[in-house]
Amino acid sequence: MNIDCPLPADIEDTIRLGHGSGGELSQNLFRNYIYPYIKNPWLDQAHDSALLTIKGSQLVFTTDSFVITPLFFPGGDIGELAVYGTVNDLAMSGARPMYLSCSLILEEGLPLNTLKRIMASMGRAAAQTGVHLVTGDTKVVERGKGDGLYINTAGIGVLEHEQEIGPGAIRAGDRILLSGDIGRHGMAVMASREGLSFDTSLHSDCAPLHEPVRDLLAAGIQVHCLRDLTRGGLATALVELANARGVSVEVQESAVPIDESVEGACELLGLDPLYVANEGRFVVFVPEEEEKAALDILRCHSVSAGSQRIGLVTATGRTGVILKNSLGCERLLDLLQGEQLPRIC
Amino acid sequence: MKFLHEYRQRPGIERIAREIVRITTRHWTIMEVCGGQTHAIVKYGLQQFLPSQIRLVHGPGCPVCVTPLDIIDQAIAIAARPDVIFCTFGDMLRVPGSEGDLLGVRARGGDVRMVYSPLHALDIARRNPNRKVVFFAVGFETTAPANAMAAFLAHEQGLNNFFLLVSQFLVPPAIAAISSAADTRIDGYLAAGHVCAVTGFESYQQLADTFRVPIVVTGFEPLDILQGILMCVRQLERDKYQVQNQYARAVEPAGNPHAQHMLQQVFEVSSQTWRGVGNIPASGLRLRAAYSVLNAAPLFDEKRSCPDDTRGCISGEIMLGKRTPPDCPHFGESCQPQHPLGAPMVSSEGACAAYYRYRAQVITSDATDRATHEH
Repeated sequence: MNIDCPLPADIEDTIRLGHGSGGELSQNLFRNYIYPYIKNPWLDQAHDSALLTIKGSQLVFTTDSFVITPLFFPGGDIGELAVYGTVNDLAMSGARPMYLSCSLILEEGLPLNTLKRIMASMGRAAAQTGVHLVTGDTKVVERGKGDGLYINTAGIGVLEHEQEIGPGAIRAGDRILLSGDIGRHGMAVMASREGLSFDTSLHSDCAPLHEPVRDLLAAGIQVHCLRDLTRGGLATALVELANARGVSVEVQESAVPIDESVEGACELLGLDPLYVANEGRFVVFVPEEEEKAALDILRCHSVSAGSQRIGLVTATGRTGVILKNSLGCERLLDLLQGEQLPRIC
Repeated sequence: MKFLHEYRQRPGIERIAREIVRITTRHWTIMEVCGGQTHAIVKYGLQQFLPSQIRLVHGPGCPVCVTPLDIIDQAIAIAARPDVIFCTFGDMLRVPGSEGDLLGVRARGGDVRMVYSPLHALDIARRNPNRKVVFFAVGFETTAPANAMAAFLAHEQGLNNFFLLVSQFLVPPAIAAISSAADTRIDGYLAAGHVCAVTGFESYQQLADTFRVPIVVTGFEPLDILQGILMCVRQLERDKYQVQNQYARAVEPAGNPHAQHMLQQVFEVSSQTWRGVGNIPASGLRLRAAYSVLNAAPLFDEKRSCPDDTRGCISGEIMLGKRTPPDCPHFGESCQPQHPLGAPMVSSEGACAAYYRYRAQVITSDATDRATHEH
């Protein structure tokens, strides 16, 4: 067969930024370079955290790293992001977050006052979410080898209920609830980093999510699956869950809330808000009969006050996420392909 | 959102579509010149609202797709130099050259930076006086004024470390080339609204007269595009060939004189090679002699590798409206956004990327087409 266009050289001989996008390239990285060497049943859970049973206690364990530029952005900073991000990963497994570790990789030349502000922020975030930073580590790298500061955290939480929460519990007919508008974190950070100015100010949605999850479980709502929306945005999260469970999902585009300033910025840059990162939003899969009660609980919390149903699981055995737009057309959602790149014109 | 949501509402679209159905008596092939319009057509499944006699084909209006391979290769070679900071719009980062792309250069240590404006690249040059800063000045008439402004300011301020790698294209000569081809089958054009916002559309009348085709300056929202099609079909059914302006909310007949002045001060018209299409006389821009010191191409006399881009790449036929992406045997198989064989699968305005990304709509539209036709 004649390949018409010149073929590029092997484009995956090195790590690219797109490998950290949470999309297709990240999945390739896990599938081909990581999982084959450390495969085990806990990783197979395909969830944000690992569920561990130790002497009868059910613990949830997770880790995350934070490499954001700038360190301080509209609506948050790397310190609270590190605490909230790990708390959220634990909460998405239905666990009560308890203990965190904190490992700091500091770049030579980082102002100590900056470190002090970030640690104060971490302390406040920990107090707010009821977790304790119980162990940690510091390393210093040469100037130019880190963006000022990287933070790695690990977190332990405890399961205090009998529900199975994860992709494996998703069922046909489940309603998909979204906790609020999407895309604010990604666009706020991009605008701040690139010095873009828009008519309206964009603020990150960075926030802890454990309280609405706690109240859903306390009320006895059957929660089949939870997933916070981070890199890759809403679309990537839904595609990952649909793939993990082998279900098809239908989402109404008009039901997905998007702040006008986010929508305008995305239009200007040619980005799709469905793929823009969030740090304080999550989706909940619940049976149809639980939808109203779940929404009532979610809407009592400021962080999830804008909750609404955005779609449902239509069938098992067929995998895919279909977005229905206002004109009645359907669009198949994929994992994010590499990074989202702003267009020329 | 003003000027957005009101152009995406189903009732208005159905009203226009009914009118198109009412007046259409024959088969018409209409080309939307701009890749942004292609994406809107496929994303919103607009073909499903049209009668089966109306066929939309896609034009060469994607700046990423038409940038020739040797310029991409030159960009990659320049970007790999240790003394260079290479600045580019995001779209260009993943376009495959003969041996990889700009993201690959960055992964191997090249200082490749994505910018949102050429003025940002200029600022990088000011702050890095010991490095050569090269801006990849690509695009149509839409990007040319800002690129010219960057060149003008660099020249005026005596910056000696700022350069442009120029690959600018002009749309009207491409329309002329498509229309004058012996096997052309384009009955009418939807011209790109944002291009005309800069250039105006008075010069398009000569094209319409010469080739006896209606040209409708059209916006990018679903309602814009259907209105543009309606205006085009009305002319075709009446055997008219005029230039009309659907996008009056953004486009003046004479365009933006300030932008044109800046463009003309820095650039002059030149012949240009369009990737997949070939050389079109007077279809590009190059720096005028007074600004040639800013030209990155001769300064970095890198080996121009593999200019052979003629081994049957069907992207050329797609951009000339002769074939559609699903006609390609590689589409969606060996050619996907993650592993593109050609630029139209990479660019956010590329026709192949549009068909791939919105393939569910394309399938739905095709099925609706067939059902309508059979009915």
